[in-house]
Amino acid sequence: MKILVAISKTPETTAKISFTPDNKAFNTDGVQYIMNPYDEWYALVRGLELKEANGGSVTVINVGPPANDVIIRKALAIGADDAVRVNAEPLSARFVAEQIANHAKEAGYDLIIFGKETIDYSGALVPGMVAELLDLPFFSFAHYLEVDGKTATVTRDIEGGEEIAEAELPIVVSAIKGMAEQRIPNMRGIMMAKRKPLNVTEPVGTQGDVEIVAYTLPPEKSAVKLVEPENMDELVSLLHEEAKVI
Amino acid sequence: MNSSACCTRKQKLFNVSESRETMVIVLGEQQNGKFKKATFEVVYYGKKLAEAKGTSCTALVLGEVEDPGQLGRYGADQVLVVSDPELNTLDTQQYTAVMKQIVDQHQADTVVLPHSTTGKALAGRVGIAIDGSVVTAVNALPEVNGSCTVSRPVFAGKAIATYQLNGPRKVITVTGNSIKPEEIGAPVQAEQIQADLPARKVRIKEVKRATGSTPLPEAELVVSAGRGMKGPENWGIIEELAETLGAATACSRPVSDADWRPHHEHVGQTGIAISPNLYLAAGISGAIQHLAGVNNSKVIVVINKDPEAPFFKAADYGVVGDLFEVVPRLTEALKKFKSQG
Ligand SMILES: Cc1cc2nc3c(=O)[nH]c(=O)nc-3n(C[C@H](O)[C@H](O)[C@H](O)COP(=O)(O)OP(=O)(O)OC[C@H]3O[C@@H](n4cnc5c(N)ncnc54)[C@H](O)[C@@H]3O)c2cc1C
Ligand SMILES: Nc1ncnc2c1ncn2[C@@H]1O[C@H](COP(=O)(O)O)[C@@H](O)[C@H]1O
Repeated sequence: MKILVAISKTPETTAKISFTPDNKAFNTDGVQYIMNPYDEWYALVRGLELKEANGGSVTVINVGPPANDVIIRKALAIGADDAVRVNAEPLSARFVAEQIANHAKEAGYDLIIFGKETIDYSGALVPGMVAELLDLPFFSFAHYLEVDGKTATVTRDIEGGEEIAEAELPIVVSAIKGMAEQRIPNMRGIMMAKRKPLNVTEPVGTQGDVEIVAYTLPPEKSAVKLVEPENMDELVSLLHEEAKVI
Repeated sequence: MNSSACCTRKQKLFNVSESRETMVIVLGEQQNGKFKKATFEVVYYGKKLAEAKGTSCTALVLGEVEDPGQLGRYGADQVLVVSDPELNTLDTQQYTAVMKQIVDQHQADTVVLPHSTTGKALAGRVGIAIDGSVVTAVNALPEVNGSCTVSRPVFAGKAIATYQLNGPRKVITVTGNSIKPEEIGAPVQAEQIQADLPARKVRIKEVKRATGSTPLPEAELVVSAGRGMKGPENWGIIEELAETLGAATACSRPVSDADWRPHHEHVGQTGIAISPNLYLAAGISGAIQHLAGVNNSKVIVVINKDPEAPFFKAADYGVVGDLFEVVPRLTEALKKFKSQG
């Protein structure tokens, strides 16, 4: 089974968020980056488990600048066989999706696994876009994925519940918590990762269908209003009369 | 079509039935043949957007639904229904194909979807299919003077980014609870239409839905608890408070990781993001990853025995005290309040 896992990079979750003085770009000074947790913990690990059970290979793909090689090497250390980096700043979901679809079309995969969203911009767009570009079935927000021969069974979140469904490979899946357990790379994995192939390719198409033109910080919260623990009647009336939520 | 704001008033007279040109198409999402609140919200949003652009709003309903014409009350000028039973459940390929046909036929330039699991599963796909610029999770109307810009939270709510959508067509998903739908119209006669469905490749085996309570993403009131609860056996006081309020229950990640509570209750960066009117958190410290899922709530109440808990910085109201005393007392106070009507 040939598996492709799309991995992205995101600021580490406690990173300080600030912008350039013109408020047009994210200020990257001193920001530490990590592999997007959904990609690392769930999409990648489930890909590896399926390869271990069924044979085949796991390729990881990232659309990003050379600095992303650190994150790609981590994915190789966790166990991916090889990697592709499309050498471009990923400025819009569509552009990223076009790069991934372009690679997948050539290489031909049975299974393409994504994280449900990146935790910085939370677009949740790239997986569905790739599915449409490749005209494949798409299972969003899956927390279970099993493959038996050519048939995949998926459990995915739907409004107010979950759905168990199946389809013939190839398919596109986006992964949420529950699909797998995080794996920590070991020393041997880290050593082996250095020798695994990381192929850099140039992008196709152009960016610009969507662009961020400004950033702002959310309005400051006014200070918390404290209510004495003995005085819950007061809290109730504040919620009713002042906040008007009950 | 001129979309500048100066023309809005004049163009409100635009007659839908004479022209087939419909510029905003809204997905009238249904579940088990019924609409949910989120559907009324996006229809209302679609209508407001159409008014700003001087055009009309069409709701597209997929599957067999009771009384689709009621969407007229929230602003749909027209309701189209493809009542094929195959569309009762979501297959993104089929839904996208139908939406593309309708968008092309009506020369629509904007598609509005709810930011629900359905809308999120569709947005990217529809964006590619109709060659549109897509922005998800918006919580206000776009500015449509000349260019189209719209804001949404980024970095887990720590910032707001303004996006410019450059393509001639646009796809937007609207966060639940971000707009209050008003009854601004009357029911309309829904039109049954035919659409070409591609063969379905996804076979649905089983659908499991929590019955009874409102699903967390839609709830207006949420009571949440964390590790301060000490163990799953203590959740009775949280459930009673939630029941008294008519609220859904939620929890922090360590709580669902330890299987004290089901995983669909987990809110935060790695769980679900919610934006209720009231989020009441007991025994949750307010770690940044937790706040990421809840800081779009309108009002936050925090109960924690540690006055230094970071959650108090994000709260509107706070109670410094032992939750095992405060929560039951609050439930009593609410019961008293409710009985006074
Ligand atoms: C990449 C990443 C992603 C994460 N994603 C999420 C996420 O999506 N959601 C999430 O919730 N967390 C997430 N976390 C974990 C997060 O960092 C915190 O560890 C977690 O939110 C803490 O949960 P808690 O507040 O329930 O527990 P604790 O931090 O242990 O806090 C318990 C609180 O209860 C209070 N307390 C104790 N006893 C009482 C009492 N009797 N009365 C009143 N108060 C009491 C304490 O003062 C304390 O403030 C993530 C972490 C990482 C690294
Ligand atoms: N630059 C990128 N390179 C490779 N994969 C990406 C990139 N950006 C997003 N993805 C994948 O698409 C998923 C959803 O991302 P998004 O649509 O941006 O929220 C992520 O979890 C990744 O699996």
